Amino acid sequence: MSGAAKDEAVAVRRFARTVPWLLSLPALALFAAVLVVPLVMTVMLSFHDWSQYGGIRFVFILKNWREIWSDPYYFEMFGRTFRIALLVTLITAFIGTPEAYILHRMRAPWRGLFLLVLLGPLLISVVARTLGWALLFGGSSGVVNKALMTLGVIRSPIPFMFTETGIVVALAHVLMPFMVLAVWTALQRLDPQIENAAASLGAGQPTILRRVILPQAMPGVLSGGIIVFTLAASAFATPAIIGGRRLKVAATLAYDEFLNTLDWPLGAAVVVLLLVILVAIVVTANRLIERRYAEVLG
Amino acid sequence: MSRNGPLALAFHAAFVIFMLAPIVVVCAVAFTPDGYLSFPTHGLSLRWFRAIGDYPEFIDAFWLSIGLGALSATIALAFAVPAALAVARHRFTGREALTTLFMSPLMIPNVVLGIAFLRFFSEVGVGGSFAGLVIAHIIFVFPYALRLTLASATGMDRAIEQAAISLGASEWTLWRRITLPLILPGLVSGWVLAFIQSFDEVTMTVFVAAPGTQTLPVRMFLYIQDNIDPLVTSVSASVIAITATALVVLDRVYGLERLLAGRGTDER
Repeated sequence: MSGAAKDEAVAVRRFARTVPWLLSLPALALFAAVLVVPLVMTVMLSFHDWSQYGGIRFVFILKNWREIWSDPYYFEMFGRTFRIALLVTLITAFIGTPEAYILHRMRAPWRGLFLLVLLGPLLISVVARTLGWALLFGGSSGVVNKALMTLGVIRSPIPFMFTETGIVVALAHVLMPFMVLAVWTALQRLDPQIENAAASLGAGQPTILRRVILPQAMPGVLSGGIIVFTLAASAFATPAIIGGRRLKVAATLAYDEFLNTLDWPLGAAVVVLLLVILVAIVVTANRLIERRYAEVLG
Repeated sequence: MSRNGPLALAFHAAFVIFMLAPIVVVCAVAFTPDGYLSFPTHGLSLRWFRAIGDYPEFIDAFWLSIGLGALSATIALAFAVPAALAVARHRFTGREALTTLFMSPLMIPNVVLGIAFLRFFSEVGVGGSFAGLVIAHIIFVFPYALRLTLASATGMDRAIEQAAISLGASEWTLWRRITLPLILPGLVSGWVLAFIQSFDEVTMTVFVAAPGTQTLPVRMFLYIQDNIDPLVTSVSASVIAITATALVVLDRVYGLERLLAGRGTDER
């Protein structure tokens, strides 16, 4: 390398330190101005006062937080929100994992077709998909109830509309693609020879599934589970349409406070609490997963 | 690798029915001759498709959604490209934190984003305006634009750029003739994904939109809160038809496989 080239290399290296910041400056400024500031304002809003006639008062009080803490209504509402999210996560995991494995084993033309069946609904508005469920549920004489009774699964109709059951079924449908995709991606990394090796060593199909496939799919199930849980806990359109005006979850309650009651500080406290709980759950879950799979994934 | 057994195929069939049933039902009810929402329907009619013409709100909302998606995807990409180049090509302190910040709209629930924007816009004075919608959607689609640009910028062969420099290419020529064409597939995918995310978003937008600036999903959501006639099903069926047509055209012109390449696992 000549002397001039060496000088140039040093200059380039020095310049390289400022370049990435210059390049990301526009996006950084954008995020600071219209994401960080609004989020901080929302947290502050949850500490402001509000009254029917006076509107928002810019003071620092714990009124809204105390109300959420002491009123059993909010406790019940958050309980419902996370119960729905947990059930949806379990259902998508138990149905989505075998489906991802079946997709994984499919051959060329079929796999593409059924991936499209799986991903297609993601392109259709969640409002339209939920409306479809509302039509299928439709009262005690709904199609779903008739089908389940014909199949002998149930004796008498289950109420789906305006119930948690209905919200869980519809949300499991809306969020299913995320779970299947996550597990499918994990299975893609699986070496097909491992299955053959297990079979040649005398393992039956159930043993292969339990001892070889499932442990490899687990990271996908867990990361899919985190995605599904957070999306289900903060879902809005589906609980609003299926749950109706009475059965509230965190997102629909916040909507009411902001656009009907106009008690913005209380609504802000509800969503800030939702965000804090979700962040805590996701961080804890990620830690646990990392510790559990540190050795496996290297 | 062994094939799927009969039990697996039965499970698969039930799964496919589960995934498609609500969508098929919406499309079927769109052709109902009745004046109310119910399934199964009795007979066929185009009555509710004709009715869309009598409600210009839906058509206006459709075009607003298209414009909003295109504008926010384009602006988000303009901000995301330099940021992606910075993250993909440089090792610097704060790189991880910067990426986390840029990806954070994926982690923050849409309802929280909606409320934060509602609060912010009403303070700043752009509440309920189209400009507000654009700003909110730029932030919301930014991670999608960034991730696919990042994937193509990380995967590109730097030797080609070095070759161009050694042959005397200027900075501008290098960008226009080498770098941009190499990362273009990622930009196209990022733009399309960002557009789709913007077009379908309802939870955040319902907080930010005002009566004059409602997107199509918001308009549909608010309509079924107050009405029980089949108009929303015919609107949904039309949008599904348009989406399917767009996908087929996209596949023929560009290739869906190519479009989805570099797609991550945690899409929303």
